[in-house]
Amino acid sequence: MKMTGSQILCESLTKENVEVIFGILGGSILPLYDTLTQYPQLRHVLVRHEQAAAHAAEGYARVTGKPGVCFATSGPGATNLVTGIADAYLDSTPVVAVTGQVATPFIGKDAFQEIDITGITLPITKHNYLVSDASFVAQTVKEAFYVAKSGRPGPILIDIPKDIQVNQSEFDYTTKLVMPGYKPTLNGHPAQLKKAARLIADARKPVIIAGHGIIISEAYDELKELAEKAQIPVITTLLGISSFPGSHILSYGWLGMHGMAYSNKAIDAADLVIAIGMRFDDRATGKVSGFAPRAKVIHIDIDPAEIGKNVKVDVPIVGDVKNVLKSMNKYIDVLDNREWLEELEELQAKHPLGSFEGEGRMVPQFVIRKIWEATRGEATVVTGVGQHQMWTAQYYTFDRPNTFITSGGLGTMGFELPASVGAAVGRPEEAIWCIAGDGSFQMTMQELGTIAQERLNIKIAIMNNGYLGMVRQWQEMFYGKRYMATPLGCPDFVKLAGAYDIPALNVTRREDVEPAIQQAMENPGCFLLNFVVEPEENVYPMVPPGASLAEVMETPRKEVLTWPRKSTL
Amino acid sequence: MATQKHTIVALVLDKPGVFNRISSLFRRRGFNMDSIAVGHSELHNISRVTIVVDGSTVQVEQVRKQLEKNIDVVKVTDITQRDTITRELALIKVHANPGTRSEIIQIVTIFRAKIVDVSADSLTVEVTGDTPKVDTLYKLLKAFGIKEIARTGCIAMTRGDNASI
Ligand SMILES: Cc1ncc(C[n+]2csc(CCOP(=O)(O)OP(=O)(O)O)c2C)c(N)n1
Ligand SMILES: [Mg+2]
Repeated sequence: MKMTGSQILCESLTKENVEVIFGILGGSILPLYDTLTQYPQLRHVLVRHEQAAAHAAEGYARVTGKPGVCFATSGPGATNLVTGIADAYLDSTPVVAVTGQVATPFIGKDAFQEIDITGITLPITKHNYLVSDASFVAQTVKEAFYVAKSGRPGPILIDIPKDIQVNQSEFDYTTKLVMPGYKPTLNGHPAQLKKAARLIADARKPVIIAGHGIIISEAYDELKELAEKAQIPVITTLLGISSFPGSHILSYGWLGMHGMAYSNKAIDAADLVIAIGMRFDDRATGKVSGFAPRAKVIHIDIDPAEIGKNVKVDVPIVGDVKNVLKSMNKYIDVLDNREWLEELEELQAKHPLGSFEGEGRMVPQFVIRKIWEATRGEATVVTGVGQHQMWTAQYYTFDRPNTFITSGGLGTMGFELPASVGAAVGRPEEAIWCIAGDGSFQMTMQELGTIAQERLNIKIAIMNNGYLGMVRQWQEMFYGKRYMATPLGCPDFVKLAGAYDIPALNVTRREDVEPAIQQAMENPGCFLLNFVVEPEENVYPMVPPGASLAEVMETPRKEVLTWPRKSTL
Repeated sequence: MATQKHTIVALVLDKPGVFNRISSLFRRRGFNMDSIAVGHSELHNISRVTIVVDGSTVQVEQVRKQLEKNIDVVKVTDITQRDTITRELALIKVHANPGTRSEIIQIVTIFRAKIVDVSADSLTVEVTGDTPKVDTLYKLLKAFGIKEIARTGCIAMTRGDNASI
């Protein structure tokens, strides 16, 4: 049957089980939007800025594991997507972005709202397409979804000129994909698996570093089996948080610049690092030459280009981590690393995470811990970028798989609110907790409009310290406390929420924190909490830039934070 | 880290934009291409790209893998360590007058190059060979004054029965 390019696109999205599109329309994508009226099964969420469309698609993809879809018009619509696409690229998030383009005869003429978006996004997409004929639409969408989701996931952009959206062609979604240049390696090489198992058996001080790859391939059980069977402590990366229960007896925090001191010191002491689904980002490794200096390294990742990119690897294993762990676990013996685990207990007692009590002051750590308590560590939490992000990672102990959604690789301020929109659409049965910075929040706070219009159940907790806090901390520590451009004026967030008919509260005293959280939770929909917190609180521990993990600076406060650990979860 | 010239051969889909993807990748990862040459391969719809790049073995292996990640790139091999035939072609337009013409022709003959155009005060020389040979001829002709040079960049193939890639 003959259909228009737009219809073919919508049919194809339906075939890919797409249920929601985040976007904003404009001249070059009008035919496609007009066609959406014929497809009520494709829910459209109108955002207030295209950056938010891309972040929302990310949030949706991160919580569902399915590619998130966003639409934008040509020119400024397309360029507004760029930050979100880059964010998805660095955090390996499957997103399919569809942009309208000026009609084919106008391409190359600097027509109104013509921008070379495939050129612009070339280095920040896993792949992109400029569709030159309506007959290519189905094939392109099919390929886009396959590529976005398979192997190491990533964003795909499809640019469709306006004339292609109305031109007619046959719709056929049955053609097989022929992609000689794309064959992800899914299974680990058996010889390598055995080599790895031998290293694990021989190690006296092994640690697992669990990354985002565990979450992407849903290898939670396989990771737990490996850790429990061989009694190996699990340290996660920032994006690996919630890949392993935070209160598991074998959980030893997370590594890197603001990771726990004991985690970083454990890696320093280790004689074997089993790195799974992670990429040795510089924020995670500290000074590379000083990273795990005593350890052999097993690196399991689906992307062969990650092997040996930053850190020298002894046993590389390329494959999907779930498959690899499943096969590797067969070669793993029941081990007893008691001495090592006892050493780690001592390390943890000596180098604990600072207390969230903050000597009775209104510190953000305390607020976050109270949110953890109230939600019993079960909430899906989305953060912005800055100090509040690090405190969330430290003081919210994540026990439920895939519940920590944050911008790791790009570190995009303004991620939290639109990503929460996507997460709320992807997990409609629960409240999403958006832990925002006063600076980050102001970058995308227009999305309150989207939340109000779609009646999304998002609890927004702003950690309002009146500063671009993370940068202020660097100025305090490394730039003689010269606070250039970090003090930050804020609007009255409660009034702002009120303008959108979103209930909200200012919280300025410790004793009001718990009741305020309760009130937010009892409110059936969105609720905004503006926590006015200590302005100059710093994030500790901190591995100073250029230092190795062992040189971590610890909190000047030495109260101990402990939480109940469980031997099985 | 010691660097050396590596010859990389890639088979890529014959699609618009592929060349851009490859060169963009080199720029982004901070690798300098000495030369790049593209043409049809023996396979339908597949082009063959030969890239000469300077770098350490570890760096070049990283570039190879990053190239291979590209969906339009079918296969990439670093053939530096193999027994290969490498060739490039250059056209060199050199100043010539009745006094220098015969000397230039002598040099050209020694290099088994060809004079492909003659005019009042120049000669155009065509030379094929590996890069050092072309470089050497260029250096010798420089003494006479070079008006213009065009080089194709290196192409390469392994010796023997097996395909390079
Ligand atoms: C889009 C963007 N611009 C700038 C930065 C640099 N940056 C990193 S953290 C930060 C401050 C964040 O302030 P806020 O959201 O208030 O969080 P806080 O650190 O105070 O908790 C800045 C400016 C960034 N990461 N992203
Ligand atoms: Mg702030």
